[in-house]
Parts: sequence; structure tokens; C-alpha cells
Amino acid sequence: MSDMKDLAKAMKALEDQLVTCMRCGMCQSVCPLFDQTRKESDVARGKIVLLESLMEEMFDNPHGVNERLNKCLLCGSCAANCPSGVNVTQIFIEARAVITTYLKLPFYKKVVFRKMLARPQVFDKLISMGARIQKVFLSKPDSHTGTAKVKVLAPILKSRRIMPIADLSFQKKADALITGKKTTGDRVALFTGCLIDKIFPNVGVAAVKALLHNNARVHIPKNQGCCAIPALASGDKDTFLELVNHNIALFPPHRFDYLVTACATCTSTIKKLWPAMLEDQDPQLAEQVRHLSDKTLDISQYLVDVAGLAPLPETAALQSTEDDPRIVTYHDPCHLAKSLGVRQQPRTLLNACSGYTFKEMTEPDRCCGMGGSFNLYHYDLSEKIGTVKAGQIADTGCHTLATSCPACMMQISDMLSKADKKIYIKHPIELYTEGLDSDEPA
Amino acid sequence: MQINTSLKTLDISYYQYTIQDNDLPFGIGITNFFGGPVIAKSLRQAFEAIVGPDHVMTAPEDLATYAYDAAPLESVLPQAVLMPESSEELGRIIKLCHENRLPITVRGAGTNLSGGTIPDADGVVILTALLNRILEVNETDMYAVVQPGVITAQLVTKVEAKGLFYPPDPGSQAVSTLGGNVMENAGGLRGLKYGVTRDYVMGLSFFDAMGNHIHTGSRTVKCATGYNITQLMVGSEGTLGVLDEIVLKLIPYPAHRKSIISMFKTIEDASETVAGIIAGRIVPATLEIMDQFTIRAVEAFSKAGLPVDAGALLLIEVDGHPAQVEEDAARVLDLCEKYGAYQTQTAENDAQREKIWAARRSALSALAKLKPTLVLEDATVPRSRIPDMVKGLGEIARKHGLDIGTFGHAGDGNLHPTILTDRRDKTEWLRVEKAIEDIFAHALSLGGTLSGEHGIGIAKSAFLENEIGRASVEFSKRLKRALDPSNILNPGKITGD
Ligand SMILES: Cc1cc2nc3c(=O)[nH]c(=O)nc-3n(C[C@H](O)[C@H](O)[C@H](O)COP(=O)(O)OP(=O)(O)OC[C@H]3O[C@@H](n4cnc5c(N)ncnc54)[C@H](O)[C@@H]3O)c2cc1C
Ligand code: SF4
Ligand code: SF4
Repeated sequence: MSDMKDLAKAMKALEDQLVTCMRCGMCQSVCPLFDQTRKESDVARGKIVLLESLMEEMFDNPHGVNERLNKCLLCGSCAANCPSGVNVTQIFIEARAVITTYLKLPFYKKVVFRKMLARPQVFDKLISMGARIQKVFLSKPDSHTGTAKVKVLAPILKSRRIMPIADLSFQKKADALITGKKTTGDRVALFTGCLIDKIFPNVGVAAVKALLHNNARVHIPKNQGCCAIPALASGDKDTFLELVNHNIALFPPHRFDYLVTACATCTSTIKKLWPAMLEDQDPQLAEQVRHLSDKTLDISQYLVDVAGLAPLPETAALQSTEDDPRIVTYHDPCHLAKSLGVRQQPRTLLNACSGYTFKEMTEPDRCCGMGGSFNLYHYDLSEKIGTVKAGQIADTGCHTLATSCPACMMQISDMLSKADKKIYIKHPIELYTEGLDSDEPA
Repeated sequence: MQINTSLKTLDISYYQYTIQDNDLPFGIGITNFFGGPVIAKSLRQAFEAIVGPDHVMTAPEDLATYAYDAAPLESVLPQAVLMPESSEELGRIIKLCHENRLPITVRGAGTNLSGGTIPDADGVVILTALLNRILEVNETDMYAVVQPGVITAQLVTKVEAKGLFYPPDPGSQAVSTLGGNVMENAGGLRGLKYGVTRDYVMGLSFFDAMGNHIHTGSRTVKCATGYNITQLMVGSEGTLGVLDEIVLKLIPYPAHRKSIISMFKTIEDASETVAGIIAGRIVPATLEIMDQFTIRAVEAFSKAGLPVDAGALLLIEVDGHPAQVEEDAARVLDLCEKYGAYQTQTAENDAQREKIWAARRSALSALAKLKPTLVLEDATVPRSRIPDMVKGLGEIARKHGLDIGTFGHAGDGNLHPTILTDRRDKTEWLRVEKAIEDIFAHALSLGGTLSGEHGIGIAKSAFLENEIGRASVEFSKRLKRALDPSNILNPGKITGD
């Protein structure tokens, strides 16, 4: 029991945030998980009450609470709509760290996070090995989404269709893209993010082209690390700190005007979670991170709000026609729309693409069900939530689905290829740069 | 099925905790946490046989999430939580509970503000979450038949798509269930002209305390067949039966509407205007008031462009046939001016209309963000007494040194004085309790009622006698005893123990 007292004490640090929940229950209307299960422990109100119960030493072990706390997409739909302004996602992430410190990180996570993720060079090597081996196991890729099945892993991956690892990571292409370019505008540092680097390098390439087209001076540090969201979501504060230290050394905030990413999750993690999680840490690091966070923008935000979005050359662009409108619809990633309120800028970008006709789907900001590790542990639910999304996408009759987060791209690719919908999945920045000269090495 | 397990002889096999209430902070601790008997294994198995093992929850971490509702009261953990998927399963559960004298608390969305879904420590909670089908929307005869777990907003969307109208619109409609609405007799912004949930319930079917299936009312506009059991059930907070089907009246969607926002120097002027509009025989669909405290909170929170110097605002909507609407709107404008409005604006388009109502809708959230705990009251007075009630609230706030924001349905006399506090501050909490008592007493002295729409539950049961008198409380208790002799249906609610 004395141990639970320690946990309760650690949990007390969250008390001021927990009491702001007035238990009104309004979060039930927006939680994609509750929508499927209708269980109170799945919605924010129930989870907050459980954390209070830990603080009040109601249980003799934290396993039950931990399990329920981790069953959450961290999508922030609840926080964005909470009448009382409860900072739900931040509470959950901090609580995960408190409980994980108490329970100790499971061994396999320790290996994955501390020996791999926290060491970008090792991580990169392992992944590029994977890229070479995977060919043997992958089925024929889907014609539109590029997803494939991994037959030997069927018992683990279930019916998932995964995105293969790219042959050549973005980092390996980056230099060639920017050397010799004579742009004169803002100094923009590009934070790549793991998924863009390793799975969707074309998104990174497009981001660079778009930035150059808008006259930015692009800086892409080598050996970048992960934004640390997987570690944070698992409550591993040590790995988080290692990665923040690693990255801040590569991105000293006084050296550039903006930090731009094309990954919604990286943007919201750096902008919101980094400073929040460092409040009680080394003040010098905290100050630097705050500075960095102030400069961090999503790529569409930078292009539209800061750079004024340079028009595309008319000749190069494909034109949509009445016969072939090439409808594009947009899925709002939770981490962009709900966490940062960025909704308009990606649409402005898409409307600038003359090759496409933009059409809104119903509930464009409804969560796709990915939720990072949620997809790993609760694939059945993740799939159900994703299937709703896939239906809403397909109902627009679209040619292409655009979304600003590579994690959403993965989930939606899985869902759409399973339903055999023949819809392309792109990042808005990819569509924007379709109209630009493509003499760059791709 | 007969289960011969008395709850008194249970093996307390799988969880044994002891915890002292006074260990807990906030004074909102958990009572009876496994202090009482743990549900018998055999009984749990019997429930599982009815609804399936996935739909029976007994883990303490699950029970803890069904121990509260939206009222700031102490949590109580039930013994088990059940999720039936059909009327048939629901009926069998209730029979089993009857046979085992197991208290039942039904839970919809758990958003009621009076403790109506705080369970009995020896009882079970039945969720209506999976009884959520809209069974019929009849356009010819204008009614809908729904299961109790249907979410209010879902019915509204469905009927409005057919040009029909279901007016009761509680602020919680995005999550509240129709079963919960019926059992609390929920109101909303449109009570003045369109009435409340009570006025739309045509018929019900429910299980009584013994598990008998009872049908009341009809699908006809008129019905003079037998006792009016339907209306007895409305607002009964789950103490007389468990609903499994509701027949709701629908009406045509209003052809036209117009929204007006009117600004006053003092809240007294605004409340005189409310009385003036009513006396002028105009019946707006909505007539809402907002005091200065609330205006400033909303403005700070949403920058909606509200006048922060105004002493109060009235937000008014008239609807109906276009000609009538224009005439009513013109008269409302005149009356506002006559009673001292210093500025009045009419929404010229949907965007402006939306802006007015967005400001009203954000009142509660804006206040909620100011302090950790919010106590939302709903004492209601005859509408001509609104000015006296408003004055009284100001005095009560000053007397107890509390922040009280007042907004609400002025047109039907139903104000929402909202006390902002921090439930951890014990001395302030005592003052809050005193202020609540004063609010009740003041409303009653003006010929009002304890609750306009939030119900009595356990939060106000101690005050019931003050309003309806000893004999009426005794009558209610006799009624309850006759219909539920073992007192298993949501015990302790309304009439207390
Ligand atoms: C933000 C907010 C705004 C609100 N605004 C309003 C408002 O404007 N007007 C208003 O009137 N109320 C309002 N409320 C109060 C509340 O939402 C209503 O009382 C609503 O009707 C409750 O519905 P529910 O589904 O949450 O019911 P619950 O809270 O789950 O249950 C309410 C009662 O009904 C009983 N019950 C539920 N289903 C059944 C059934 N099938 N059979 C038998 N008994 C049953 C329960 O046992 C309980 O006693 C508000 C609440 C919140 C949090
Ligand atoms: S998290 Fe927000 S929306 Fe959910 S119950 Fe708490 S206050 Fe209400
Ligand atoms: S973060 Fe998303 S999944 Fe988690 S409780 Fe909030 S709305 Fe539900």
C-alpha cells in the first residue's frame, strides 16, 4: 500500500488540471472511441475520474487504470470541444509518464525506445536494413495506395495492409534538393519526422520543392531524431528527454526564422507537448524549447500565412475538367485541426492546385482511428473507426484523398485499400508541387 | 430464472478493500467502496447468461466510472454494470433484480445535474447505451418511436431532415439520451413557446419493479383511456419503472424565424422587459437573459463582440408564419426600447443569427473556465417575478461572498444562477451550500419551484418538503411503495430514503 501512496503523491501534480473537469459528459459526443464502445472508461470523463481515483488511493494497484488510460487515441477531440477547457491530452500524457515511472517500462519497450529510437543513427541503419529485406515478404502493392500485405506476419499484423519502407530515405535525397539553390527569403529549418523520412520520402521532397518555390532558404540538418511522440505516449520520459536534447542541438532556434514540418503529429508534439512536458525540467532547456516551439509551423501554415503562397506556373499544371474533375477531399488530422486549429491553410493549398476540384467530405475532422500505438494494441477498434472514415471519404466520389499527416496517410491507406476503393492518398504538399518542374531527382 | 443467492450471504472473494471516507480529499470521496457485499459470483453468471460476459462489468476500475453524474456530489460505486442490447434482455435483468432485491439505477448519458444516476452501493447500473435505435419516424401522423438510449440530437437531425420538429433542446442534447430527457422532464431554450419534454411524450412502454412489461398512452393525439400513467412516469427519475420505448410527438418545422439581441444598462431593466413582453401577449420561441458577469466571461473567452459594459442582455427569437414573425419582432423591438434598452439589433442573416446563439451557448463553458468547480442551479419562479429573483440572487452572492453568474431561460422563469467555486476549498464550499439553500428559499418565497428542469435526484430531495409539504411527500412515498414494494428502482431519489 505504501507504494500506491507514492503513486498517489506523484499523481497529485496533476490535481489542479484534473479538478477543472466538471463531469458534464459533453466529451461523449466527440470521442471516436466512445462512439464505438459506449463505455465510460473509454471517454475523457471516465479516464479523468480514474486518475482522480489513483490520487485518492482507491485501488491497490494501477494496472486496471493504466490499461484504460492507454486505450485512447490521444486525438484531442475531447480537449478541443471541452466546455471547461480541460487540457485532456496533456493530462493523459503526463499521467502515462507518472504511471510508467511507477510500473517501470516493459522490457521490449525499453529496447525499442532507449536502444533504437533514442539513437537516430542506429534506428536509421535498422530501418534501411528492413527496407532491403522486406521485398521478400511483401505481397503485390495496391495500385492506388501502395500498401501491401506481409504474409509471414499475418498472425501479428492481422488483416493490416502496411506501407512498405521506402528504398531511399528522405535524408539521403535531401542534399541534392537544396544544393545550389539561390533562394533569398526566410531561413526555414525542416524537421523531417520518421514517417516522412522512412515511409513517405516523397512528401519531404515535395516540402522542399514548395519551400524553394516560395523563396525560402531551406536548412535540413542531418541525423535528425524522432519527435518522441511514441516514447511520450508510452510514458517514457527518459527517451523523450534524450530526443529533445538531441534535436535541440541540431535545431538551435536562433539560427533560423521558422521550424517547419510536413507532419501534423511532429508539429503538434514540438509545438505543444515539448514545452508542456519540460515545465518542471532544466530551465535553460525549457527556455530553448519554448523558443523553438514559438517558431514551429505546419508547412501549409508557413506557405499560406507567412510566405503568401507563390502561385503555380499555369503551363505546368494539370487542369481538371468537367468530364474529369479529379475530385480531391481533405481529412483534417486531429493533431493539426484539433490540437493547433490549423484547418483553413491546407484547404487553401489544395484550392491552389488547378489539377483538382476540391470537395468537402462529411465530418472532415473525424479521427481516422490511427492513434499511433493505439493501432498496434487495439487494431479491431482502430479498424472500426477507420472504416467509418473510409466510407465518408469514398462517399465524395473522390480521385484523391489529401491529408497533412503521414500517420493518417498510413491508416487511411490501409482502410481504403482493404475496401478496394481505388483512391490515391497524398499529402496536400505533394499535390501542390505536382504543378512544379520535376527535374529534381525524385 | 430463480437465483437462490441472498446478497447477505456472499463470499467476498475477489476484492477486499478497506478505505476510510475521511482519507479522501475534496470531501467527495467514494462511499462504501466494497465496504458492502460484493456481488455474488452466481448472480454475475446469471447476468452474463442474459447479456453476455462482455456486457457485464464488475472490475472496480469500471465500476468507478459509473459512480457519478454531472452533479457535484459524492460518488458511489455499484456492484455491477450491465449493458442490455434488447428489450427482452432488459426485462430479464429486471426480473432477476426483483427476485434478488437488487437495487437498479438506469443510466443514459449520465449528464443529469441532480445525482439521479448515482447508484446504490448494493445495486446495479443498467446502461441504455445499446438500446439506441430510432424505431419509427411517422411523417403522416407526426410521431417518432425510439428506444431510450437514442441521443437527443440524433432524433432531432433525423426528423428535421423530414421537415419535422422536435422542440425540447436541453443544452446537453449532443449527448443526452431521450430516456434521460423523459425521466428528468428536460427543458431547453424553447420552453416558453413549445413547452418541455413532458409536452411531447405521447406514450411509453416500460418494465415495472417486478419486471412486468407495461404500455401507456397511444399514438393518437387524443387519448382518454385509463389513468394518465404516461405523465406520471415523465420526470420520475427512474423510480417507478425502466423505459424501453418512447413515443414522441413531432410538429411541423417553423416556416420563419427572427433573432434579436437587446442591451440594457441594468439587469433590473432587462428583467422588467421580460415581464413586459409576456404581459404584451407575445410568445417568443426563446427569451434568454445574461447578466454582466456572464457577458464578460463569454466575451473574455470567445471575443464574440458582446458589450462588456451592458448590465444585461436579452436574446430573443420569434418564429412561425412570416407575417406573424415580422409583426412580433417589431413589437418586441418597441417593448425593449420602452423598457430602457439602450441598443437593440436584429439578425439580418443566418450568420448573424448564429452569432447571437453561439454567444448564448458558450455561456456555461465561459463560466466553467473561470474556476475549477461550477454549481449550476435551476430554481424557477413565475415569470412575472423574474425581477425579484434577479435582485435576490445579487443579494445572496454578496451575502456569501461568492461569484454567481446568472443566465437562462428568463421567458419561462427558469434562471440558471451559476456559482463558481473550487470544491477543494472547504470553507468556501460551506458558503456555497448556504447560498444554495438561500436560493431555494428565495425562489419558493416568490411562489417558485426548486427545479425547472434539472430534477430533484438526491441533490435536492432534502428540500422537497419545503416546497410541496409533508402530506405531498408522504403521498409520493406511498405511491412509490405501492408500485415498488421492495424499493429497488433508483432508491433514494426524489423522496429521499
Ligand atoms: C452541459 C449541460 C447542459 C444541460 N442543459 C440542460 C438544459 O438545458 N435543460 C435541461 O433540462 N437539462 C439540462 N442538463 C441536464 C441533463 O442533461 C438532462 O437532465 C438530461 O435529460 C439527462 O439525460 P441523460 O441521458 O444524461 O440522463 P441520465 O443523467 O443518464 O439520467 C437521468 C435520469 O433518468 C433516469 N433514466 C435514464 N434512462 C432511463 C430509462 N430508460 N428508464 C428509466 N429511467 C431512466 C436515470 O436513472 C436518472 O434518474 C444539462 C446538463 C449538462 C451537463
Ligand atoms: S473532460 Fe471536459 S467535456 Fe469531458 S466531462 Fe470533463 S469538463 Fe466535460
Ligand atoms: S483523446 Fe480522443 S480517444 Fe482519447 S478520450 Fe479524448 S476523444 Fe476519446
